[in-house]
Amino acid sequence: MSEQITTLTDATFDEVVGASDKPILVDFWAEWCGPCKMIAPILEELAVEQSDKFTIGKLDVDVNVATATKFSVMSIPTLLLFKDGEVVARLVGAKPKGAMLQEISANL
Amino acid sequence: MPEHTRVLIIGSGPAGLTAAIYSARAQLNPIVIEGEPSSTTDQPGGQLMLTTDVENYPGFPEAITGPELMANMRAQALRFGADLRINKVQVLDTDSRPFRAWLSDDDEPSITADTVILATGARSMMMNVPGEERLLSHGLSTCATCDGFFFRGQDIAVVGGGDSAMEEALFLTRFASSVTVVHRRDALRASKIMQERALANEKIRFAWNTKVTEVLGDEKVTGLAAQDTVTGEDRVLDVTGVFVAIGHIPNTTLVMGQVDLEENGYVRTGLGSFTNVDGLFAAGDVQDHVYRQAVTSAGSGCIAAIDAERWLEAQGH
Repeated sequence: MSEQITTLTDATFDEVVGASDKPILVDFWAEWCGPCKMIAPILEELAVEQSDKFTIGKLDVDVNVATATKFSVMSIPTLLLFKDGEVVARLVGAKPKGAMLQEISANL
Repeated sequence: MPEHTRVLIIGSGPAGLTAAIYSARAQLNPIVIEGEPSSTTDQPGGQLMLTTDVENYPGFPEAITGPELMANMRAQALRFGADLRINKVQVLDTDSRPFRAWLSDDDEPSITADTVILATGARSMMMNVPGEERLLSHGLSTCATCDGFFFRGQDIAVVGGGDSAMEEALFLTRFASSVTVVHRRDALRASKIMQERALANEKIRFAWNTKVTEVLGDEKVTGLAAQDTVTGEDRVLDVTGVFVAIGHIPNTTLVMGQVDLEENGYVRTGLGSFTNVDGLFAAGDVQDHVYRQAVTSAGSGCIAAIDAERWLEAQGH
C-alpha cells in the first residue's frame, strides 16, 4: 500500500480525522470485497495526484466494526469525505476514477 | 486517428477472456475493453466477481473463488499478449466498415476494428417495486459477498428461487440469524444440489408463493411487504436486509437496433457465434439464456475467437 494512504482503526479514527487540516476521504473496505480491490489502485493514484486538495485514509471494516457502524456503512466500498470532522459526501459502490473524482471535487 | 485492431473484444468475463486467450495465441493482437469499476456485475471480470466458491469449473477439484478464477483467466490472456484495458465502450457502430467504438470520454471513435466479439454478459434484474431504489445499499443489496457481513445476527431475506438465490442464501447464513428465501412459486428453479443444501440448512426458511410488493423502511430496510400469490393475502416479513437474486437480463444496449435479438432480448446467434451482422460475433451470457455457466461461457468465447479468426482469413485480412 502506498505511503500516502493512512491506515485508520477504531482507536485512531477520531483523532486522525478530527485533526486533519485538509479534507480526508475514508475508504471503508475489507479483504473479501472484490469491488474494493478494484478501486484500491484508483485511490492510490488519487492520493498522489490530489495530495494538495485532500488526503485519503482506509478503514478495514472487518476489524473496525464500531466505526463502520457509527457511520451506518452497510455496503462496501463506501467512501466518506470528511471536512472539519463532518461527513460532507458519501460515495457507495465502486465507480470509475473520473466519476469518483467528480463527486469528491464537488464537495471539497 | 483512431487505433485499428483486427479483433475488438468487449467484456472480460469468461467469454471475453477466453476469446482473448484464443485470439492472442492466434497472433491477432486483440484489444479487450474490460469494463469499468462498479459494484454490480457490470465490472471487469463480470458476474463471477460477485460470487464465492466456484465448484463446477473443470480443473479445480477443490473449488476456486470467482474473483481468483477471473484473475487467472486475465493473467493467461496477458501472457499471450492480449491488450486489456479498464475502460468501457460507450457507443459501437456496426454499420461502418471497419466497426467503430467510442470509449468513455471519447468525442471521436478511438478504436476501429475488423471484427468485434461482443461478450458484455448479463446483469442482475431488480424487482421494480416501491422502496427498492431508495433502499439500495441501505439494507437492500444485489451482492451477498459484498454486503453480507453487515447483517450479522440479523433476520434477512433473499428474493429468488434459482441457483444464484440459493448460493446467496447459503453464503448469508454465515452472518445472519435467519435467511428467508422469498419465492413467487411453490418450487425452486435451482439445481438439485443447491436445493438440497438450502433445504437442509437450519438457518434457511422458505416463504413460498410469495411476491414482494414493497421494500419497507425510511433510512434502512425494516421489512418486506408481500402478497401470497395463491390466496392474495398481504403480509409483512420482518427483515432488516434484503438480497435480490431474481435473474438476469443481457447487456445489449451497445448493439440495440443494430443486431437481431431473440424475443427475450438476448443476442441471436446462429451457427457458432455468428450474429446477423457480418464480422460481429457474440459469446457468453449476452447470447445465452439457457446454460449461463462459467464453463459454457468460456466455451462460447473460444468458439467466437475461432469464428472471428476464420472470418478474417476468409476476408483476406
